[in-house]
This record gives sequence, C-alpha cells and structure tokens, in this order.
Amino acid sequence: MIERKNNLYAWLYLLPALILIGGFFIYPVIQTFRLSLYSGLGFNPTRFVGLKNYFQLLTNDKLFVSWFPPSGALFNNVLWLLLYPLGVVGTGLIVAVLSDRVKYEPAIKAVIFLPVMISATAASVIFRFLFSPNPDIGALNAFLVKVIPNFQPVPWLGRASLVNFATIIAAVWIGTGLSMTILSAAYKSIDRGILEAAKIDGANGRQLFWKICLPMMANPISFVTVTAIIASLKVLALILVMTDGGPRGKSRVIAFTFYQEVFRNHYTGYGSAVAMLMLLLLFPLMLVQIKRLKKEKKR
Amino acid sequence: MNSIITVKKKEAHKVRSILKQGYTHVFLLFLGLIWIIPSFGLFVTSWRSRAEIAASGWWTAFGRGKFTVSNYAEVFLAQGFFHNFINSIIITIPSVIFPILIAGFAAYAFECLRFKGGNALFLAIIALLVIPLQTTWVPVLRMYRFLNLSGSWLTIWLAHTAYGLPFAIFLLKNFFADIPKDLFSSAKIDGCSNLGILFRIVLPISTPAIASLGIFQFVWTWNDLMNALVFLADPKKYPLTVAIQNLLGQYGSEWNLLSAGAFIAMFIPLMVFFSLQRFFVKGITAGSIKG
Repeated sequence: MIERKNNLYAWLYLLPALILIGGFFIYPVIQTFRLSLYSGLGFNPTRFVGLKNYFQLLTNDKLFVSWFPPSGALFNNVLWLLLYPLGVVGTGLIVAVLSDRVKYEPAIKAVIFLPVMISATAASVIFRFLFSPNPDIGALNAFLVKVIPNFQPVPWLGRASLVNFATIIAAVWIGTGLSMTILSAAYKSIDRGILEAAKIDGANGRQLFWKICLPMMANPISFVTVTAIIASLKVLALILVMTDGGPRGKSRVIAFTFYQEVFRNHYTGYGSAVAMLMLLLLFPLMLVQIKRLKKEKKR
Repeated sequence: MNSIITVKKKEAHKVRSILKQGYTHVFLLFLGLIWIIPSFGLFVTSWRSRAEIAASGWWTAFGRGKFTVSNYAEVFLAQGFFHNFINSIIITIPSVIFPILIAGFAAYAFECLRFKGGNALFLAIIALLVIPLQTTWVPVLRMYRFLNLSGSWLTIWLAHTAYGLPFAIFLLKNFFADIPKDLFSSAKIDGCSNLGILFRIVLPISTPAIASLGIFQFVWTWNDLMNALVFLADPKKYPLTVAIQNLLGQYGSEWNLLSAGAFIAMFIPLMVFFSLQRFFVKGITAGSIKG
C-alpha cells in the first residue's frame, strides 16, 4: 500500500521534469531524424528524399568532408577531438600536481580557472584581439616581432593552415580550469601514506607520479577526458564568434555546419542530417558515461 | 670522512630539490602569465581611447598614462548595452529558479521515494547530458510556432530550464543520497507529508548543493549565445552575448568598443567567481569523482 502510494507521488513529482525532457529532448531528436530524410527550404521541408542528405553530406560536400586529402568540417573536428582533450587534460593535470607543492596554489588556480567563467563570446573577443595581425594591437605578433628578427606578423585567424590551431588554443585556455579543478581534487585525495611508503622504498619523484599517482587517478582522468571529447564534438559558439568558420570555411566544424545550413542557408533537412551525424558520433560516449555511473553506484 | 660525504650528499640533494622547485615556480608563473595576459590586455584596452589604441599597443599604456571611461559610457548608452544587460538579467533569473525547483522534485522522487524503474529512468536522464542541443533546436522552434510562443520570453526560459534539467537532477540526487534516511522516516511518523519533507527538511539541508547548482546554471545561462540566437526572434530581447556578436559584425576592429562590451558581459560572472568560488568548485567536484 505504502509502496503504491510512493509510486504515485514519485510519478507526480517527476511529471514536470518528464514533460520538459520529453518536449525538449526525446520528441525533438525523433523529429530531427524525420526531418533529415526530407529536403526543401525553410522549417517545413516536404520532399521526402530518404538518405540522400546523408550521401550528399558524406560524398559531395567539400566544406563538410573531403576524404582525400582529408579536409573539411569533419576532419577539423577530428583535429579538435585529438588536441582539445590533450590540451585541457595535460595542462590541467600538470597544474593540479605542481600547484600542490607551492604556497600560492589558490592564486595560480584562480588564474587558470577564471576563463571558465567567461562566455565563449567574450573569450572570442579576447583572442581576436590577442591574435590581431597588426603588431600594434595583437600582443602575440608584437612579442614575436620583438623577439625574432625579420619576423613578419602572422594573421593567425586568417590563414587556413593555422586557424584551427588558434581556435583550439583559445578553447584550451577556456577549458583547462575545469579539468584542473577535478584533477586537483583527485590528486589531493590520494592517500599520502602510500606515497610516503613508496618514498621510503626508494621510489623517485618520476616513479611516484607515473607508477602511483597516475594509476590512482585513472578514473577522474578518464572522466575529464571523455567530458573534453564530448565538448570538442559540440564546439560551436567559439568558432561562430571567433572566425565564423573562415577563412573560406577552413575552420568549420560539424556543429558549425549544422548552424550554417539550418539558420543561414535554410536547408533544414540537410542540416538535420548533420545533427544526426553528430548524435551518432556522440552515442558511444553516452554509453561510456552510463557505464561509469553504473560502476560508481556499485562501489 | 664518512660524515663529510653524507653532508655533501645531503647538500647536493638540497641543491637539487631547490633547483627542481625552481623549475616548478618558473613553469607555474609562466603558465599563469599565459593565462592572464589575454584578458589583461583587453582589460587595459577597454580604458584607452580609440586614438590611443591606434597609436600604440596596450603594453605601452602604463608609460603613457592616458586612460578614459568613455568607452564604457559609449557602449552602455549609445550602443544600448544597458538594455542588453537588463535583458540578460530577465533571461537569467527564471532560467535559474525553474530548473532548481523542477529538478528538486524529480531528485526527491528518485532518491527518497524509491520506485520501480527509478534507477533506469535516472540513468536515461543522465544520458541526455551527452545529446547535442543541435539535434533539438529545429523541432523545438516548430513547437513554439505551433503553440504561438514565438517572440516571448517563455521560449528562452523554457529552453534553458529543460536543457539544464539533466545536470540539475544529477547534482541534486547525488546530494540527497547523502542525507540520512532516518530523518525521513521519523518525519513521516510525525505525520509530515512528502511535500513537507521536501521543503522543510531536504531542501534546507541541501543549501550548499542548491547554491552551487544555482551558480552553475546562472553562469551557463548568462554566458549563453547559441540558445539566445536560436530562440529569441525579437532583437529587443537580445542579451549581452548577442549584442557583442553584433558589435563584432558591425565594428570588427573598433577595439575600444569591443573591449568595453566584453568586460561589461564578464563583470557579473567574475564577481560571482570571486565571491562564491567555494560553492562553484564544490559543484564541479561533487558529481565527478567518487573514489
């Protein structure tokens, strides 16, 4: 009896959340899949084309993907997927471990964390300014002109070969604080007794780090890595404001292609296919996160 | 003889450890500089006149000593950022309160009213955290059109509330899990209803979790650009982030205006950070590491 009453209350309390989740996640994802099978201009594409949007996207859209040599939004996103997690997890880990040894730990951590609070929009302004090709404006070019003789100022965001690295650097600047915070908490929770014991047994600093600290931080490291991979696959606002996909579409990523096709070119069906492809790429990561949660529960 | 050797060894060790510490300091300070210079440069620039910015780099500004507040005045008044600032506040406040309330009920159901299928449902909701919002925008917009909501504040409030729910439920449920269950049973015996337990016991105890959740949701809605671009059809309702993007489109190299605009948008999140850092860090670490 009590159980049935509990059940009733539980569903009643869940109702608002379930309605919103149904209306803003479940139903839209199904609809987006349906839309991805249609073609036409505007929000109500009516011509059913089956999987044609997907074929077009993967074989005939040079800005989205060109297989050989590899280029386009898809491969730019692969670059993001490799470098962004490496940047935020690597730097975050180094700061977490090194700052533990110094007195000004709170200060250095605050400095690294500050960009997390800033909007992608403001960060984009900051980096457009830093990367400005005018050496009287952009600090990076000014610095390089001073240090390297005969250095020609570089348009970091205007050159196709550099633009993706420049935007990824900005993203790492934004995101490192988050991974640092998590990794630092994990590092501090390592039992100091174990480290002391290993030291007495003659382990040096490097061994302590690689053989003890790192394995004991495996869970949080994999958590921040997966989180960073997910973020790298979703990146949009930063690129929209910093480069608008340019120069000549060379800094486009998957989410940018979606935005461009749906909200600027009004190819809703085609853009929906891009979104579904994004979901497909993120799906394995969803399974990884669920698995982790289940494991944590058992402990 | 022996003792001299050990002393020498000890000294060498000391020198080496100081050297090592030296590397740590140099590296951390170098990293700190890299992290602070980009925003610091823009901050200095926001206090320089257009002519000054054109004449020399911000790093020479201290020698010249010519600073002005006119950029902030112009952006705030002439460029209408005051209006956008108010819009950001109008968007943010309900977008913070709604999800906390709705997630509070849901987390209570999951944690305190254990029911059949609850765990599976909870995992399914957490899985939604991974879904890219891009897959939802178009159908949600069509739904708004169908419901005749286009152009109203409700569009952005509802979107932020719904998109914030999975994380909010996750954080609150994790926190509720640590509340001793005896508290509930004794309250129930005393005749306290579920609503009473939630509002008189669970939520008051959870103040720290609610605070960090509130800060998270606040920062994320205040800084949001994409949802505002997608859902706000009316330019009169644009928040600061959209205003900056428009400023960039119009005056891509008017750094006096852009820098001041960016700092107006950053002001409140930075204040929040400096005053409430504790809660924020707690919120980040809460759900992420357990052993």
